[in-house]
This record gives sequence, C-alpha cells and structure tokens, in this order.
Amino acid sequence: MKPVLKVEDLSVILNSKKSGKVLVENSDFEVYPGECLGILGESGSGKSMTVKSFLGLLDKQFTAKGSAWFEGKNLMQEGKESLRSIRGKEISMVLQNPMTCFDPLYRIGNQMSETFATHTKWSSKEIRENSMDILKRMHIRNPEEVLEKYPHQLSGGMLQRIMIGLAVSLKPKLLIADEPTTAIDSITQHEILNAFLEIKEQHNTAMIFISHDLGAISKVADKIIVMNKGQIVDRGDFHHILHHAKDSYTRLLIEKRNAVLNRYQKVLGGAV
Amino acid sequence: MKQYVIKRILTAIPLIIVISFVCFVFINLIPSNPAEVALRVRQVPIITEEAIAEVEAELGLDKPYFIRYITWLFDCLHGDFGISYVNPSRTVAGELARCLPATLQLAGASLVMVILLSIPIGFLCAVYKDGIFDKVMRGLVFITTAMPPYWVGLLLMWLVAIKLDLLPTSGNGSWQHLILPAFTVSLSYISTYIRLIRNNMLENMKQDYVLYANVRGLPQKQILIKHILKNSMHTCIVAIGMSIPQLISGTIVVENVFAWPGLGTLCISSIFNRDYPVIQTYVLLIGVLFVVFNLLFDILQTISDPRMRKEGM
Ligand SMILES: Nc1ncnc2c1ncn2[C@@H]1O[C@H](COP(=O)(O)OP(=O)(O)O)[C@@H](O)[C@H]1O
Ligand SMILES: [Mg+2]
Repeated sequence: MKPVLKVEDLSVILNSKKSGKVLVENSDFEVYPGECLGILGESGSGKSMTVKSFLGLLDKQFTAKGSAWFEGKNLMQEGKESLRSIRGKEISMVLQNPMTCFDPLYRIGNQMSETFATHTKWSSKEIRENSMDILKRMHIRNPEEVLEKYPHQLSGGMLQRIMIGLAVSLKPKLLIADEPTTAIDSITQHEILNAFLEIKEQHNTAMIFISHDLGAISKVADKIIVMNKGQIVDRGDFHHILHHAKDSYTRLLIEKRNAVLNRYQKVLGGAV
Repeated sequence: MKQYVIKRILTAIPLIIVISFVCFVFINLIPSNPAEVALRVRQVPIITEEAIAEVEAELGLDKPYFIRYITWLFDCLHGDFGISYVNPSRTVAGELARCLPATLQLAGASLVMVILLSIPIGFLCAVYKDGIFDKVMRGLVFITTAMPPYWVGLLLMWLVAIKLDLLPTSGNGSWQHLILPAFTVSLSYISTYIRLIRNNMLENMKQDYVLYANVRGLPQKQILIKHILKNSMHTCIVAIGMSIPQLISGTIVVENVFAWPGLGTLCISSIFNRDYPVIQTYVLLIGVLFVVFNLLFDILQTISDPRMRKEGM
C-alpha cells in the first residue's frame, strides 16, 4: 500500500540576522490510508511547524527543506496557488482555538459557504444543504439557527465540531488535527475525540493527530511519533511508547501521565 | 440597543453644558474690554468712560458673570446666538451660516482625500510589508507628521502654484482652488491613517481567523479584503469619525494661509476684534460637533460589530 503522505528529511529553520535557528530537524514519517498518526510533544517542540511547513502556511521568516510526497506531488516544491487549492479540500486541518478561528464579523453560515464556494461549483442551494448536513452529522441542534449565528454566540465545543465537520465535508485524503482538544473542557474533549474516531471508522481518512496529551493521542492514534526540541525522539504504537520508550524525554511524558492517573485513581478509590 | 442609544444621548447633554460653560468662562478671561474694542472697531473717534459704559450696557456686559452665561445659554437653546459686537447689524448665526459652507466644502474635500488615499496606501503597505513601497511610504509618513500644516501649505503654494503654476494660490470658487488647501488640511490625517490601517492590518494578519482562512484554502485576495481589511477598518471607524470635527476645526490655520473665506478666517478676525459672541459660538459649535460625532460613530461601531450588538434588537 502506498502512503497518503510521505515526509522525508523535513527541516524548518527560522531565518534571523545572526544565525538560522532550527525549529524542526530532519523529520521523517508517513501516513497510510485509514491510519492515524499521532504526533506527541510538549508545547514548543515543533509539532505545528512540521505540518504547517508542507501546507505552505509558514511565514516568510521561516525556511523549510526536505520533501513531502502527497498524490505524486512534492508539496515542498508546489507553488502557492497549487497548495492553496489542496488546502481545505484534499488536505484539511482542524486548529486548536475554535473560539478565535472564525472571523468575528461574519455569520457561521457565511464562513462555511465561502469555503465551499472556493472548492466546489455548488449552487447556493447545494451549499446550504451541505452546510445543514454537516451540522446535523456533527450532532448540532437547530442547525438552521446556528448558520445564522456569529462565532461569539456559540460555545467552543460547538465551534470545534463545526470546524471538524467542515474539515471532513469535502472528503479530504488527509485530515490534520492540531491540538483539537487542548482549548476545550474535558467533557467536550471526550465528544471531540469520539468525533474523530467516527470519522476514522466511517471515512477511512488518513489522519495526523497532534497533541501534548498522551491520553488523548492514545485513544485515536495507531502509531505515534514523539517530538522534542524539533527532533523525532521515539516512534511506535502506544504500547511500544508506554513500555519501551528509549528517550528519557518520552519517559518523562509517560511518568507525568501515570502520576496524573494514579492521583485520579486514588481520589476515586477514596471516594468509594 | 435602543436603550443604549438613549443612554448615550442623555450622557452627552451634561457634557455639552460643561463645554458651553468652559468656553464661556475662557473667552471672558481674555484680558481686554470688548466694549472698548467694539468702539474702536466702530471707528468712534474719542473713547470716553461714558461711551464705554454705554456700549457695555448695550452689549449686556454690565450684568453679573453667571447671569450672562445663563442668558447666553438660554438664547443659544432658542437658536439666538447674539449679535456681533463689531458689526451690530449682523447676527452671529448669520455670520456663521455665511462662512460655514466654505469650511464644510474644505473639510469634506479633505475627508474624501483622507479616505481615498490612506485606505489603499495603508492596505498596500501592509500587504507588501518591508517592500520598497512600504519603506518609501513609511519615510513620507514620518516626514509629514513632523511638518506643521501652515508650513506645508506655504510650501505647496510656493511649489505647485508659483513655481509650477498648476493651481491658484488662494481664494475659492472652483475645484482647482480646493485642491491645495484640502491637501494641506488632510496631509497629517492621511499619514496618521496610513499608519493606523497598516498596523491594524498587520495585527489582524497574525490572528487565528486568518490562519484558519488559509487552512481552508480561501483565495488570498478574499482573505485580505473580505476578512483582514474589514476587521481593520472596523477599529478605524471611530477614529475616522472623530476626525471629522477635527478636520472642520483644523481648517483655521489653513484657511488663513490660503485666504479661504470660511469659519477659520471668520474666527481669526473675530479674535483680533474681540468679537466675543462670534468666538464663543464658534468654539461651542466645534465642541458640540466633537460630542455629536463621537456619539454617532460610537453608536455606529456598536451597531456594526456583532459582538457588541445585543440579541434581539
Ligand atoms: N513566529 C515565531 N518566531 C520565532 N520562533 C517561533 C515562532 N513561532 C514559533 N516559534 C518557535 O518554533 C518552535 C516550534 O513551534 P510550534 O511548532 O508552534 O510548537 P508546537 O506546535 O509543538 O507547540 C517553538 O519553540 C517556538 O518558540
Ligand atoms: Mg502547536
């Protein structure tokens, strides 16, 4: 089977006057159809930079090197316009802060339909039907009313679900989720993770799931790479990472998680 | 929403009363007797104590301070702004009405120039940040904010009107007469708004909603105009609205440089002639304009921002 995305030797460098600071160093990974790759690492370890680099989302102050093969094209060599037409359609992405990701001045319906208008030739009736359909599939009540709402009138969890619905609506080959559960409360986190599991089962979409939370990653990811200071320090499935992690940093992450788990169990045990 | 508007209008009323009081007090602190000046301007040959007392009685200057203020305020509310000390055959309202159109014309032309120049230039500076255009414009903005308007006016007059002989130096009547003074008035505002719009746009470009628009693959033009420019303009609305009264009052110096027969010219000559009613009313008018425009654009911003708009209005 051919990977959906194959990243080789990817580096991101911050251009500064004195010297280039390397933010991501020689990354290698691949994602197969129907598979979910988890990228684990503390905040600032270069997870977002890694995916932004092959989507053409980096500012001018960064330089990216290496290759990222997708559908027979090296994304690192593609022009701006070509990458733009891939983004949102063939590769879509869900971001961390749902509350700030929508333009505050436009209604949700407007922002959904501008996305469809960009990538499809749908009539306004089809656009509306599809928008309604997404909201219904993401279990959002009163979809008609929600389309007329402004972002500040909806909750973070609801906006996050809209973002996810929009991301899968055009049947992307690859779905990237960059810390999709970090900015929302734990009850909603659970719902959001379920939404991703559903997508995996129903659409067989390849996914990259980025998080600093081992618990969240372990629920959805089939294999995990661990990043620290821009480098991949460990890779394997969840059990491998949990029991055989070589890197001291990865083990620190695991211990942190276990400590939280233990405390949680003690509290629960005490209550019973 | 309705309640908010009514509340804002009600809070504006005491503000206007305070402004009227302050401007009355300050004008009357001017250390010279307007009665004496009035006599001199009326070319009375010998100014005697009796003549002064007579004129004081005629102008109501013999009454106590506070009574004069109250009388003046009530007359103003009835649309009676008094009679010019200098030329008793003219009412203040008539004088202002005579000069107002020319000033409005100048301020209006300046406002159009501000909008037509600063928005596109600010926009392009932000889009091509650190490019040649941006660098040149930043240089110009830096230079022009440091230059006083009267000096710019004289410089332009010398260069464009005298050396190049492209436009008339002074007076009014045709649109050619309007260009130089309007440009002089608007120059510092253009600089201010270029900078404001540029910085606002750059600030907006860093926002998450722009990243997400890019993530969704929206065309660059659409992101820049529909999203970034609109959000940036939004924060500029109040500033531009507030600059309308500033433009109207800011014409004083420029009107005098270009002999533009508007309120500014009237105001300066009234100051020289100690024509208190005219100065007082002019200052009051400008004060009221500030309050009204502040109110208007504050409400406008509230209405146009969905986050500030209350449900079910
Ligand atoms: N605009 C920027 N200028 C300089 N350094 C940056 C900038 N953005 C991010 N970085 C650096 O790049 C590194 C990686 O960032 P990022 O990929 O966002 O981390 P993560 O997503 O893993 O939290 C961080 O150490 C951060 O300090
Ligand atoms: Mg990140």
